[in-house]
Amino acid sequence: MKFGVVTFPGSNCDYDAYAAVRHVLGEEVEFLWHRSSDLLGVEVVILPGGFSYGDYLRAGAIARFSPLMEEVVRFAHSGGVVIGICNGFQVLTEVGLLPGALIRNRHLRFSCRYVHLRVERNDTCFTSACEKGEVMKMPIAHGEGNYYNFDGDISRLEDAGQVVFRYVDRDGNATQEANPNGSIRNIAGIVNAEGNVLGMMPHPERAVEEILGSVDGLKVFESIRSALLTPNLAGRH
Amino acid sequence: MAITKKAVVFVSLKDGVLDPQGVTIQKALAQMGYEDFISVRSGRFFELEINPEATDVGRKIDEVCTKLLANPVIEKYRVEPGE
Repeated sequence: MKFGVVTFPGSNCDYDAYAAVRHVLGEEVEFLWHRSSDLLGVEVVILPGGFSYGDYLRAGAIARFSPLMEEVVRFAHSGGVVIGICNGFQVLTEVGLLPGALIRNRHLRFSCRYVHLRVERNDTCFTSACEKGEVMKMPIAHGEGNYYNFDGDISRLEDAGQVVFRYVDRDGNATQEANPNGSIRNIAGIVNAEGNVLGMMPHPERAVEEILGSVDGLKVFESIRSALLTPNLAGRH
Repeated sequence: MAITKKAVVFVSLKDGVLDPQGVTIQKALAQMGYEDFISVRSGRFFELEINPEATDVGRKIDEVCTKLLANPVIEKYRVEPGE
């Protein structure tokens, strides 16, 4: 099973994602250069964290025009599994694969710390190894992670069950204090309507070994692996 | 030779979208004693220098605004002729 990690100029979590897949999950993984138009036959695309194009204009705004992103959009539309982490989530909203936008953190500060997340659904190809309602611990590191969308669109998102992760306290309550950036309804991660594209601000790839402070992120990668081994779960049509 | 034309594009968050920068600037102004400025909305502008022989410039400006300069999900834009 082959994963692909996209490298844009300014990506800085590409090696973390690569290491998580190769050394911890134990699967094959390739770097995909943003100027290329070849996905090299990968079965999962990871858009990693970082500051693609220096976050110029808006986070993720320029990266979406990379030649490789055209292929990623095509791949996603044909049911391919795509996960965007942090800056990758921002790229996915800019390119229109996920609804809404990520704006400046409400308090204007860059937040770099551990947060707790509640798994809202475990019937997605990104969370099948988790329990529904499980509280996971992962780090965040962003200045523009404040998920925004208009009221009607948020209701549609909620009704369709597209909210996968929410910021909570350690007991699983989605309080205002547990919300690190001001995201509407404590939203930390969403999927598209088809369920094959996930965007999340927290970093699962930085929570895959005890020495990193948490192993909860590994469940996201294990879920993707089992989804690909059970193709009807991966949203392929 | 034709004179180069310019256009200025102003981009800001749509009404109703929280502008944390604007809020912070407004609070700073109030702290400085300028309490008359009860709201601040921030934004950015772009000066476009246009090839004098270009045609259909209005449409092209609208296109680049919606494709790149502004994110239509959260932002609005306004175009003015440049100096």
